[in-house]
Amino acid sequence: MEKVEVNKVQELLNSFANKDVYIHLETTNGSYATHFNENVFNAGAFIRNVKIRFELGKVVDDTPHRVGLKMEHGWVYAQGITHYELDEKGRLLMAGLDYTGKLAVALEISETPFTY
Amino acid sequence: MSLQPERHVLVVFPHPDDEAFSSAGTIRLYRNMGVPVTYACLTLGEMGRNLGNPPFATRESLPEIRRKELINACAAMGIEDLRMMGLRDKTVEFENDEKMVKLVTDLIDELNPSLIITFYPGYAVHPDHEATARAVVEAVRRIPKNDRPRITAVAFANNTIANIGEPTFKNDVSSVKQDKIKALQAHASQTAWMMEETTKRVEEGRPMSESWLNFEPYYNYEFKD
Repeated sequence: MEKVEVNKVQELLNSFANKDVYIHLETTNGSYATHFNENVFNAGAFIRNVKIRFELGKVVDDTPHRVGLKMEHGWVYAQGITHYELDEKGRLLMAGLDYTGKLAVALEISETPFTY
Repeated sequence: MSLQPERHVLVVFPHPDDEAFSSAGTIRLYRNMGVPVTYACLTLGEMGRNLGNPPFATRESLPEIRRKELINACAAMGIEDLRMMGLRDKTVEFENDEKMVKLVTDLIDELNPSLIITFYPGYAVHPDHEATARAVVEAVRRIPKNDRPRITAVAFANNTIANIGEPTFKNDVSSVKQDKIKALQAHASQTAWMMEETTKRVEEGRPMSESWLNFEPYYNYEFKD
């Protein structure tokens, strides 16, 4: 993955618009967060291989970045995105990596289902 | 205390590297004694957070990296029977409970282990650890008392000692410490930062406490009935 370049990511988002796509969306502060610091309220969410269709995808030029997908009846967004890659299977993988290299958020878009 | 011979040791943990941190030395000692060891690793740690910055992996490439690391770690520990059980990281507790018990029961029926190494339910911190421990304990509980394999369990929650006391025993694994280090190093995606920190501290003349590399603590899990 490379650091987000807004123009390139925007182009990639456009290429998935108005198609049936599978998404992976994840936020996490790690299963050990409360073990290491009991003052941390540990929350996260995970969704994988849900099929959606968005009419407009936008990456906002702020660091870290925010990415939003507008659908006919709703929204998907992720904040904290720092890195992206179009992988060998043509999937747009976006992730927010914190200062120590740990994933804090991920948003991925694919025309084919992700593995299990 | 030297280890007693076992008929077969079954190791059940959910993530590649759980076995290396907690039990690499113990496993190596059993293998050196000629005891068969099977490791059932439930997931590939697909949801591991450490991808590096700059990143060395993506959410989608991590499982294959960790699969290879697991195979190499097993080589360092001498494990010849590695079972990758195909569950997904962070979802183990949401699987059907009976399916989880059956997964363990099938392994016990096939392998007839005299000892199972897993986590201690209630004191294993990570939800996958807890779900794994619950499945193992329930599978063994259903076996007639005199036929049950023993369970030695790993516990590391912050309230462990306060609630269940000191570990039942600690295996001295100092004679195979290098193999434990190799197993930990094999899980580089999870341990590289830690091994680097250890080296740095030693170079700076303030070594980490080495007790965690020399001793592996366990609790005997006791059934009430």
